[in-house]
Amino acid sequence: MWRPDLLAGRVALVTGASRGIGRAVAEALLQAGADVFVHARRREAADAACAALAGPGTVRALGFDLDDPAAIRAGFAAVQKEAKRLDILVNNAGILREALVEMASQADMDAMWGTNLRGLMIACQYGARLMARAGGGAILNMGSIMGRVGNPGQSVYAATKAGVIGFSLSLAKELGPKGIRVNVVAPGVIETDLIAATPEPVRAALLGRVPLGRFGTPQDVANLIVFLASDLAAYMTGQVIGVDGGLVV
Amino acid sequence: MADRLHELVARSLMIDGATVTDDLRYNSIPEWDSVAHMSLIAELEDAYSVMLETDDIIAMSTVGKIREILRKYDVEA
Ligand SMILES: NC(=O)c1ccc[n+]([C@@H]2O[C@H](COP(=O)([O-])OP(=O)(O)OC[C@H]3O[C@@H](n4cnc5c(N)ncnc54)[C@H](OP(=O)(O)O)[C@@H]3O)[C@@H](O)[C@H]2O)c1
Repeated sequence: MWRPDLLAGRVALVTGASRGIGRAVAEALLQAGADVFVHARRREAADAACAALAGPGTVRALGFDLDDPAAIRAGFAAVQKEAKRLDILVNNAGILREALVEMASQADMDAMWGTNLRGLMIACQYGARLMARAGGGAILNMGSIMGRVGNPGQSVYAATKAGVIGFSLSLAKELGPKGIRVNVVAPGVIETDLIAATPEPVRAALLGRVPLGRFGTPQDVANLIVFLASDLAAYMTGQVIGVDGGLVV
Repeated sequence: MADRLHELVARSLMIDGATVTDDLRYNSIPEWDSVAHMSLIAELEDAYSVMLETDDIIAMSTVGKIREILRKYDVEA
C-alpha cells in the first residue's frame, strides 16, 4: 500500500545526484523517508546538493569518479562504515558525447564505457554485496530509450545503454534468489544539462515525436524510481521501463 | 589456541574445523563453491571490518591466500 513514508528506514545511494535526474531522485527518495547518500564526481558538488535537499530522512555526501574502480570501492566502503547497510542503489550517473560514428573518438568511447557501463557494473558488484547481507534490496539502473532503439549520432552512448540493459537483466536472474530486485529505467528526452548541447532543430524534431507533447522532467523519472525502489514493486524485477511520453525515435 | 580464520572458514562453509588448513583450496570440496565463497567473503568483511576489492575476492583461492590478502588491508588473521 502507498503511504507517505514509503521508504522510511531504508538506506539509498544515488550516483550522479549533484544535478539533473539524479538530484530529483535523491530528493524524492528523501521525501519518501529514505536516508540518502548523494553522490557526485567531486565531493564539493555532492555537499552543495546535500545542502539544498531536505526531507524526513538524512542526507550524506559522497564524492568519487565512476571511471576509477579503486575510487568506487572506497566510496562503498564509506557507505558500509557509515550506514552499515544499503537497501536501494540508483545507478544514475552517465555521460553523453555525441558524434557521427566515423568521428567518434576513442577517448569518448573509453569515457562513456568507463562511466556508463563499467562504473555501473562495479557499483552493482559492491552494492549487491552489501544488500545480500541485509537480505535483499533494489537496484535501479539508468538506461535510455536510445539503448533500445538507437539514434543517429549516439551509437557509442546507445551501446553503453544497451549494455546496461543486458547486464541488468542478467543480474535480475542472478541476484533474485538473494532478494535483490534489479530493474532498468529508460528515459526518453528529459530536460537536463545532458541534452543542453542538442541543437534546436534536433530538439524541435524530437518534440514532434513525443505524443504527450512535452519533454520529460527529472521529477517524472524520480516518481518511477520511488515506486520501483519501494515494496509496491516487490514482485517486479528484470524489467526495462520507459518514461518517455510515448517518444517514437 | 585455535586459529580464528580457520574457525571462521569452518563456520561459514559449515565443515569440520579439523579439516581446515591454510592449504584448503576453493572448489576442492563441494562445500566451498562460488556461492559459499561469496558468503565467506561477507563474513570476512564483517569480522574484520573491511571491504575487499573484487580482484582480491577472486584471488582468495586458499585459506593461506585469504590470510595473505587480508594483510594488505592491515588485518592479521
Ligand atoms: N536527460 C535525458 O534526456 C536522458 C535520457 C535518457 C537517459 N538519461 C540518463 O539519465 C542519467 C542522468 O542524466 P542527466 O540528464 O540527469 O545528466 P546530467 O544532468 O548531465 O547529470 C549527470 C550526473 O552524473 C554525474 N557523473 C557523470 N560522470 C560521472 C563520473 N565519471 N563519476 C561520477 N559522477 C559522474 C554528474 O556529476 P558531475 O557534476 O561530477 O559531472 C552528474 O551528477 C544518465 O545516465 C543519462 O544517460 C538521460
